[in-house]
Amino acid sequence: MRLVAPETVTFTESGFCPGCGHGLAVRLIAEVMEEMGLSEKLLTIVDVACGSLNIDSWRFDTIMAAHGRPIATAVGVKKVRPENPVMAYIGDGAAYSIGLAETMHTALRNDNVVTVVINNSLYGMTGGQCAPTSLPGQITTSTPRGKDTKKAGMPFRVEEAFTGFDIAYLARGSMADARGMIQSKKYLQKAFEKHMNGEGFCLVELLSACPTNLNITPVKSVERIKNDMIPYFPLGEFKDKKEEE
Amino acid sequence: MAKVLLKGNEALAEAALAAGCRFYSGYPITPQTEILEYLSWRMEDVGGEFIQAESELAGINMVLGAAAAGARALTTSSGPGFSLKQEGISYLVAADLPAVIVDVMRIGTGLGDISQGQGDYWQLTRGGGHGDYRTLVLAPDSVQENADMMAEAFDLAEKYRHPVLIASDAAIGQMIEAVEIPEFIEHDIDKFDWTIKGCKKGTEQRKIQNIYYTHPDYETYLADKYAEMEEQEQRYENIQVEDAELVLVAYGISSRVCREAVEAARAEGLKLGLIRPVTLWPFPVKAFEEAKAAKAFLTVEMNILGQMVDDVKLATCGKYPVDHYGSIFEIPEYDGIIEKAKEMLKKGEV
Ligand SMILES: Cc1ncc(C[n+]2csc(CCOP(=O)(O)OP(=O)(O)O)c2C)c(N)n1
Ligand code: SF4
Ligand SMILES: [Mg+2]
Repeated sequence: MRLVAPETVTFTESGFCPGCGHGLAVRLIAEVMEEMGLSEKLLTIVDVACGSLNIDSWRFDTIMAAHGRPIATAVGVKKVRPENPVMAYIGDGAAYSIGLAETMHTALRNDNVVTVVINNSLYGMTGGQCAPTSLPGQITTSTPRGKDTKKAGMPFRVEEAFTGFDIAYLARGSMADARGMIQSKKYLQKAFEKHMNGEGFCLVELLSACPTNLNITPVKSVERIKNDMIPYFPLGEFKDKKEEE
Repeated sequence: MAKVLLKGNEALAEAALAAGCRFYSGYPITPQTEILEYLSWRMEDVGGEFIQAESELAGINMVLGAAAAGARALTTSSGPGFSLKQEGISYLVAADLPAVIVDVMRIGTGLGDISQGQGDYWQLTRGGGHGDYRTLVLAPDSVQENADMMAEAFDLAEKYRHPVLIASDAAIGQMIEAVEIPEFIEHDIDKFDWTIKGCKKGTEQRKIQNIYYTHPDYETYLADKYAEMEEQEQRYENIQVEDAELVLVAYGISSRVCREAVEAARAEGLKLGLIRPVTLWPFPVKAFEEAKAAKAFLTVEMNILGQMVDDVKLATCGKYPVDHYGSIFEIPEYDGIIEKAKEMLKKGEV
C-alpha cells in the first residue's frame, strides 16, 4: 500500500462517512491512473448516489449522470473520445437495479468502457433501503423485518448473469482490508489495461462498507464484508477474455 | 446543392449530418423510425457514431455523454418514447448541455396511434420533465424546414448551452418533397473549453453536473438565460395578419391547411390571417402586435384540448375571444376552419 495519495485525490470537499468504501475506491482508482500514466486522460461518469461525491474527491474530468444511467452516458463519451480512458463509477443499486438494462446491454455490445460497481449491499444515498444485493435476512429501512428472499429473491450475483456475455473482463474485489485492496487494485489495473487495448467491456465490483446505514462501527462493517458478504459474493476474476482464448 | 426528393424524416437525418452531428442514438418507434434507419448506415459513411440503444432512456443518456464530450449529438423519438426521454432532457438542462431532440409527434395519449398529431404541445413547451425549466422548440412545416432547422437547432443549443427540441409530426416526417440539403459544415469537438477531454495537471477540473451546485449566481443566471431566449429567439411567420378580422394560429402540418384557408376565405371576402409560430417556446408573442384589426383568434391544432389556446390568450392579454378548431383523426380541412371562423365572427361575442 502506498502512503502518499496521488495528487489527483483532492478530498477537499469530500463528504464520505468515516469508514466508507467509496473513499477507498477513489484512492485506488487514482493510484492506478497515476501508475498507468492515465491521470490526465481519464474521463469519469459517476452516479448521483453516494459515488457522486467523487466529483469533488478526485481531479478527473467528470460527469454526474442520472441514477442508473452512467454506463449509457459513458458509452456516449467513449464513442466521441475513443482515445481517452472512460470509466463509469456506480453503486450496486444503480448497476443492478434501476440501470440493469444499461449494464446488460453495454455488456452485450461489449462496449469498451470500464465500470466500477461499489457493492455495499444497500441503497446508501437514500438512507439504506433494500437493494438487489442485500443479503438474506438483512435488516434495511425497507426490510425492517429482514429481507425475505421469497419475496425479494436471492441477492444478485453479477458473475451469474454476465459471464455468458462476450465481455473483456469481470472481477470482484474486496475493500475490507489491505490484502483485499491490493487485490482489488490489481483487478482495476487489469481492467484499464484491457480497456486501453480496446478489448471491450470491463466490470470490477468492489465489496464495500457502509457503516452509516448498517448502523455499525467502521470496524464491524469491515468484519461484515469478510464474514457475511464474501461467502455469498466470492472474490476473484470471472471473465478474462484474452486468457481464455 | 441541387434539390432532391426526400421524406421529411430522411431530410432531417441528412441535414443533421450536414450540421456536423456525428453522434446519434435512438430507439425505433413509428413515425420517426426512418431517421434511425437512415442514420444506421449514413452516419458510418460520414465517420460518425450510430447506436441503436436498448431504450429511449439509454439513448438520451448516451446523448448526454456525447454532448458533454463535445459532439453535436442527436436523438429522435415519438410519443411514448419521447416521454421516456424527459428525465434525460431535464438532466441536460440542469447541466447546461447542448443537444437536439426530435419529437415526430403521433396522435393520442398512452400508446396512442401512429398517425400525425399535435398532442405533445404542452409536454414540449412546458418542460416535459421534472423541474423548473423550458427548452427552445422549433416547429417545421415542410420537408425543407426539417432540413433547414437542424443547423439552427444545433447553433441555438450551443449558444445557450441548452437542449433544443424539434416538434415535427407524422405528416411532415412521412411526406416526400423536393428539398435542398444545406452545405456540410465541420464541427470541432474541442471548440469549447467546458467539454470533458482530460484534466491536465495544474488546470481546473471540468465538472458536468447540475450547475445549481456550482454556479455562484444560479438564480440570476437562470432568470437571465430564459429571459434572453424569450427576447431573442421568437420566430414566426405572419400571413396577411395586418388587416385580418380573424387570425388563425397554427404550426406544423396544421399551418399548411391554414394557409389554404386564408386564401380561400379571402377569395370570398372573409378577411382571415395566419400566425404561424416557428418557435413554440418561446411563444412568438411579438407576432401578435401586427394583428391590429383582429376581433378574434382561432387555433387550429391536431388535438382535442386546444393546447395552444392559453398561449394565445396570454399573447393577446386576454382581450379577445380565442377558440380552438381541433381535429385528431384527420388533418383538418380548410372549409371546416372557414366555417368555424364565420361562426365566431357571427356570434355577438366578437
Ligand atoms: C430516477 C431516480 N430514482 C431514485 C433516485 C433516488 N436515489 C438516489 S441514489 C439511490 C440509491 C443509491 O444506491 P446505490 O446505487 O447502491 O449507491 P450507494 O449510494 O449505495 O453507493 C436512489 C434510490 C434518483 N435519484 N433518481
Ligand atoms: S451513506 Fe454509506 S455509502 Fe454513503 S457515504 Fe456514508 S458510508 Fe458511504
Ligand atoms: Mg449501494
